[in-house]
Amino acid sequence: MATLRVSVWRGQESGRFQEFEVPRQESQSVLDVVTHIQRALDPTLAYRFSCRVGMCGSCAMTVNGRARWTCRTHVDKVAVDGRLEIAPLSNLPVVKDLVTDMTLFFDKWARARGRFRGARTRRDDFERVPPDSAARRLADAAIECIGCGVCYSACDVVAWNPDYLGPAALNRAWTLVNDARDTDNRARLAAVAGDAGCHACHTHMSCSERCPKQLSPTASIAGLKRATALAALKGEF
Amino acid sequence: MNVRTQVLLWAAQRVSAAVLAVCVLVHLVTIIYAVRNGLSAAEILGRTRGNAAWAAFYVLFVAAVAVHAPIGLRSALAESFNWRGRGLDIAVLALAVALAVLGLRAVYAVFT
Repeated sequence: MATLRVSVWRGQESGRFQEFEVPRQESQSVLDVVTHIQRALDPTLAYRFSCRVGMCGSCAMTVNGRARWTCRTHVDKVAVDGRLEIAPLSNLPVVKDLVTDMTLFFDKWARARGRFRGARTRRDDFERVPPDSAARRLADAAIECIGCGVCYSACDVVAWNPDYLGPAALNRAWTLVNDARDTDNRARLAAVAGDAGCHACHTHMSCSERCPKQLSPTASIAGLKRATALAALKGEF
Repeated sequence: MNVRTQVLLWAAQRVSAAVLAVCVLVHLVTIIYAVRNGLSAAEILGRTRGNAAWAAFYVLFVAAVAVHAPIGLRSALAESFNWRGRGLDIAVLALAVALAVLGLRAVYAVFT
């Protein structure tokens, strides 16, 4: 039976790659490989997954140097000469082996005021949002983020500027800026502007290149740059 | 530095980049045109002395450089050397002043 030679990161920030041989199977995903290692070869391997079908965003890892969701990444597409190198996501602290601490990643969503805040109560009627309105289309284009952290891991600016909010948090803020029901935009635009916000983005587009949902956080960030510049010129913050 | 100032600096760098795109093009075309028969100080001064249009063009060029370069350098220094805060802001402001003074001095020198 054909085998894969797999190097897997073991340890925390300091550690080493450990070699495993994993039986090659048809339609095998990278998550299948990691699962095989833990269940058949070394039960002490730590990794994180949940849905296995590309919905939950918890299984992202660095595969052969690139951040990817492992459940929907076929070994066929990424193995080079029958080899895989699997490491934790970059730009996040490593808890153990392939598990990163996502606390800072999600704290930045909160700092970007990524929480919806409306004015209506359950006693009010629904807000009518025309599906083909310009704002709704912009929100639609960015709304499917599953919070996997691939864009954050791929972003050079996050590596250079640890305070930078990052593509996912800014993308989330952009969906709310375009939400006709939200009432927090003035504070949100102030929160996502400046050196730690959207204006730090260099438009390298690694986030858009790597996003497994084919979203374009770069486009969302460009929208935020325009909106925040306009608000700053008007003296709104 | 407050967030509003950071955003205005970003806007200033974008606007100055647009100005520089035109100025650099005009400058390069002028260089190519000017050296077609060889290059001499007399020829340059003959074109610029007393010419208010060229003086105004290069004042604009110098102003755009003095705005654009320090803002870009501020980001580059912060990201490459983790230098942030008031010290960095003062340093790049000093660079802006130096670029403006040296550039305007040169413009004045070839105008008079």
